[in-house]
Amino acid sequence: MATAAVSPAYAHAPEASKSGIWSWLTTVDHKRIGALYMYTALAWFGIGGLEAEIMRWQLKGPNGHVVSAETFNQLFTMHGTTMIFLVVMPLSAAFFNFLIPLQIGARDVAFPRLNAFSYWVYLFGALFMNASWLVGMAPNGGWFGYTPLTTMAYSPNLNIDFWMLGLQILGVSSLAAAFNFITTIINMRAPGMNLMRMPMFTWMAFVVQFLLVLAFPVITIALVFLQFDRFFGTNFYTMTAGADPLLWQHLFWIFGHPEVYILVLPAFGLVSEILPTFSRKPIFGYPVMVYSGILIAFLGFGVWAHHMFAVGMGPVADSVFAVTTMLIAIPTGVKIFNWIFTMWGGNLRFTVAMKYAISLVGLFVIGGISGVMHASPPADLQQTDTYFIVAHFHYVLVAGSMMGLSGGIYYYFPKITGRMMSEKIGNWQFWLTFIGVNLTFMPMHWSGLYGMPRRVYTYDAGQGWEIYNQMATVGALIQAVAALIGLYNIWVSRKRGEIAGNDPWGGGTLEWSIPSPPPEYNFATIPTVTSRYPMWDTKSPGLTADVPHSRHGDERSDVQVGGKRVGEFHDHMAAGTPEGGVNPHARQSSTKVSLKTAEELGIPIPYPTIKPLFVALFMTLMFACLLFIHEDKLQLGIAGIITCGATMTAFLYAWLTSPLEPQHH
Amino acid sequence: MSTAVASHAHPPTSTGLDHRKIAIWAFIGSECMLFASLISTYLIYKGRSIVGPFPHEACNPPICATPLKPILNIPVTSVSTFVLLMSSLAMVLALAAVENKGKPGYEGILGSSKFWLLATAILGTTFLGFQAYEFTSFVHEGLTIRTNLFGSSFFTLTGFHGAHVTAGVLWLLTLLAIDIKRGLEPKDALLVDISALYWHFVDVVWIAIFTLVYLIK
Repeated sequence: MATAAVSPAYAHAPEASKSGIWSWLTTVDHKRIGALYMYTALAWFGIGGLEAEIMRWQLKGPNGHVVSAETFNQLFTMHGTTMIFLVVMPLSAAFFNFLIPLQIGARDVAFPRLNAFSYWVYLFGALFMNASWLVGMAPNGGWFGYTPLTTMAYSPNLNIDFWMLGLQILGVSSLAAAFNFITTIINMRAPGMNLMRMPMFTWMAFVVQFLLVLAFPVITIALVFLQFDRFFGTNFYTMTAGADPLLWQHLFWIFGHPEVYILVLPAFGLVSEILPTFSRKPIFGYPVMVYSGILIAFLGFGVWAHHMFAVGMGPVADSVFAVTTMLIAIPTGVKIFNWIFTMWGGNLRFTVAMKYAISLVGLFVIGGISGVMHASPPADLQQTDTYFIVAHFHYVLVAGSMMGLSGGIYYYFPKITGRMMSEKIGNWQFWLTFIGVNLTFMPMHWSGLYGMPRRVYTYDAGQGWEIYNQMATVGALIQAVAALIGLYNIWVSRKRGEIAGNDPWGGGTLEWSIPSPPPEYNFATIPTVTSRYPMWDTKSPGLTADVPHSRHGDERSDVQVGGKRVGEFHDHMAAGTPEGGVNPHARQSSTKVSLKTAEELGIPIPYPTIKPLFVALFMTLMFACLLFIHEDKLQLGIAGIITCGATMTAFLYAWLTSPLEPQHH
Repeated sequence: MSTAVASHAHPPTSTGLDHRKIAIWAFIGSECMLFASLISTYLIYKGRSIVGPFPHEACNPPICATPLKPILNIPVTSVSTFVLLMSSLAMVLALAAVENKGKPGYEGILGSSKFWLLATAILGTTFLGFQAYEFTSFVHEGLTIRTNLFGSSFFTLTGFHGAHVTAGVLWLLTLLAIDIKRGLEPKDALLVDISALYWHFVDVVWIAIFTLVYLIK
């Protein structure tokens, strides 16, 4: 069998020493770290969702008083911060971790221990920020933390300190991961995997890493200024000393707008994997999909001030940022059309993953179009700070990012765990999510246009907002039910799902060539790649016959996409592949064959180590000690910082001076 | 059989470069944005301080209670800039000494990587000494990080740069300790190479700071 070259028939060895809590604390395996990211992000998704539900319960009718105004401020601040930094980014990171090495044909990421460090920093940073609930001082300045509201003069308590220190800690995690993935993608591609043969998800992940690397330093500095203002009495945001009231907003949104693409491009990447598989067609216009992703990221750095039209920057600045913002609709529209053309004439299979992917394509357009609406400053002045904006960004982030990531979970769960998720339960989850999302966020367009302001904790009757708020609250409850069904599906399928086999969906990329779950070394032999869909080359050659860089090497002469030829391929594919969601051939060649361990194959596997966890822990504690400075316990704070810093450095040296893996000579 | 084992060990990298070299470049890219944010803030706040001392202008009553001279001492900082530039030269020679260890022309003290690593660290520390002197004298002349916008943005910008130099000195001393303990061989050149990239980057940032903060009025 031709696939034998890329996937010899062996499964992973029984690994008694590879289970138990200690193995998870010390793991440096990108697949296990990916799983940790995924389960942790889902846990925070529950908490962030709960915060949203309480807010919706408060707003279900006029003059609601379930929670106080102060608590409401904390809820919307932490809901936004949690969903962005503790849910969508880490869930994307879960896929980066799990998929990038598998898709490029590598055995791990470039720096396995740094990867573990990134995860632990994320976990501890998230715990630190949420520890604020325990002292009743959760952040309350909005996820954007505008100054001067967040300066000491107007926010004298610890709330903002938890927020800004937490974001600094999480920034370290994102940056460390980004350096790691950039190096991995540039340097660890299998032979023949040139950049224009990389799977679309890896491409979008690659773009996102550059956004992270270039955007996070800016918010780091903005937060450092805030930190210095609050702790040491500097004047960066002190208006009475002549400070510019817009400095924070500029710095924050120079980070904040690229952040929007950090949140959505991974979902775009997942959709670009799911649609070709379930359409049995290569992605339409692969190079244009790549270039439009890069262009979105590039333009994303030049549009930040569209968040600030209402502050009065003047007609020239407003016009420039309006035009650059509208320009982004072009590469985004290109992506939408290419997804539609990918499905056009394909042999569509409506699995749950496919339904999520299609609903992203459809619903993201709604968020995209309302985005173009407030790209126009005159329209924005009417819409800014109303629920119209809330509707817009929830269509982009929930109907966009979360739909794509949910589809990604259904698509890749079999690869991660070796078992299928239940399609039946999944269908319930999908349709309830679909109804819930639209019922929650669609009415907000109307309440926003009728003038309901954002961030109000309650509102008076008789303004025409009641019905929309009731609909939104019902929708939010439906979403909660859907989320619980989804978590239940993960829980039962993890142990009792159908055995998946190597390639349950008939995917085209390298991750489907190896057992599910993959052995710790991923690939016994590093594959040689000759096309964009190497699995289809061997299983159904007709699928990729018209893809450049395909079996014909780099010849591009016979490229024909669209029109009648698409139809021909459709027939070709249907003959070559089994019908239905699951490929039975793949299941036959599934797990229980002969067992080979990494040792038998002579593949060096990195040692498990606890050191990254301790470095992350003491780094987090070091940041936490800054809280003492706020409390005017300067000596205690400095003593704590020095102690934690020294301990962190000691663990760091121990980490750097110990070998990564057994040496082979 | 040795080739069979080798084929199972790590395959060659896609670019032929070591992972650490790519990572340090990505890190430097990120650091560019960090210093760009700091420098832009300094420039935005330039000339917007309500009270003195000011960097290039005298501050006379009634704006300041007592007459204050322009605070930046360009001759002294020119010397410290020269010292930092010379540390980059020493860094280049340290890398050359490690790469060419044992080759003709690299005997004696001037071909010793230990000497040049130590020289780089000492020059870096000298620069830090100048900065400590500058900061103390500014405080004595009435400029602290809390005084005005200039004080806040100046101390934060140059302080961040100083912290980067400090980290670089610690890195160099770690390399020196390894060199003394087991001797750095040509195969270890990458360790010195990536620290050199960082060190040169920190130098280049200082050139930007020296020009934009000190030289341009």
